[in-house]
Amino acid sequence: MEATVVRTGTEGKTWGGGNEPLKASYGKLMMWFFITSDALTFSGFLAAYGFSRFKFMDSWPIADEVFNHFPFLHGVDAPMYYVALMTFILIFSSVTMVLAVDAGHQLNKAKVTFYMFLTIIGGVIFLGSQAWEWKNFINGTYGAVYTEGGNILQFIDGDGHRVALADIAAPAASVRVEHEARNGVWFESEGSLPSYSIEEVKAGFVANPDLLIRTQIMTEEGEKTILSREESLAKLDNEAAGVVEGANLTRNEYGPPLFGDFFFFITGFHGFHVFTGVLINIIIFFNVILGTYERRKNYEMVEKVGLYWHFVDLVWVFVFTFFYLV
Amino acid sequence: MAHGTAHHHESNTKRIWTVFVILSIVTLIEVVLGILKPEFLTDTSFLSMSLLNWIFIILTIYKAYYIAWSFMHLEGETKGLRRAIVWSSVFLISYLIFILLTEGNYIYEVFKTNHVAWDF
Repeated sequence: MEATVVRTGTEGKTWGGGNEPLKASYGKLMMWFFITSDALTFSGFLAAYGFSRFKFMDSWPIADEVFNHFPFLHGVDAPMYYVALMTFILIFSSVTMVLAVDAGHQLNKAKVTFYMFLTIIGGVIFLGSQAWEWKNFINGTYGAVYTEGGNILQFIDGDGHRVALADIAAPAASVRVEHEARNGVWFESEGSLPSYSIEEVKAGFVANPDLLIRTQIMTEEGEKTILSREESLAKLDNEAAGVVEGANLTRNEYGPPLFGDFFFFITGFHGFHVFTGVLINIIIFFNVILGTYERRKNYEMVEKVGLYWHFVDLVWVFVFTFFYLV
Repeated sequence: MAHGTAHHHESNTKRIWTVFVILSIVTLIEVVLGILKPEFLTDTSFLSMSLLNWIFIILTIYKAYYIAWSFMHLEGETKGLRRAIVWSSVFLISYLIFILLTEGNYIYEVFKTNHVAWDF
């Protein structure tokens, strides 16, 4: 009997087996699989963000008013500059990464080491910047009042400038003390109280005839609605439910709670990618120093981790657009 | 592990720096437009979105193209791999965006016309 050889009739054709139709190594293909699926995950998040934004089309915060901090420029209105700087840092670390890959093709160990090092530094600086951005977002600047319906009321003076709660609130006699588990029922405690109670803010608002309320509803001109003094007083009296300073997952002083949630979730998820990217870069960096790829005569690992790093940059380009520009 | 490809590569540093300059310039344009917000761009609406937002999105896709093609080296991959990556993503993402934004807009209209109350 002859040996059983399976013949498919496709020998020698592209997909007939025994060749590499995509001319890419297994590892690189798997990295592309991962990147494509991860891209779909991020698209899901960004599309969900778009959904919520369309849903709250006329009450979404204006990015320039939220992200307007810059290091050492305290109190200066600097929209966009900081996040533009972050973008440059990430693009530049992408450039050093691709230069490392390029040096790897020349089997130039010294250059790969140098450029990998720069890439890691860029990633660390970006992470630090994002931490600072989060710090500002969480602490907030002015504070606001939230209503029963979950809307945000902000305060402005006669010139249209935002006024912080600290400049409004009139210290009241009755100060509510934060309930701690060690007082009273042991299993009940509450989160930290805001610096000012709603009564103090109300009293201070009534006392200062200059102050007006700005709602989160957008006018035709793309600016937030400003109420008249009478409307402001009535609104505060009827609807105000509590004070909010900065942002957490439940509410934030900028606008709909979903704004803060998506900010934390999407920039956080991206930051986590940057973080793991830095970790993987460090591992590869040490492998380069130890000469692992030098002995292999192949620096493809640098190329694979580079793909991931560029992908992180690619995602940031979209996050930048949809959170800060559009 | 060795694929024997290592010696066929030429240095691409010039192209890399060119792409870096392009990406930087595009980012700068975005930032300047974002700060200035020229009125004729914010006031002009095209397909229910302001012209400025369209410019931002197109510039973003332009940047994404350069990152994917040059930095991630898609331009050097085979046609099959490139299409598997780009077409799958573009098709699925466009569909997702279309359907979610349509739905979001619908809910906005429902809220606005007060068929459903949400602000108590």
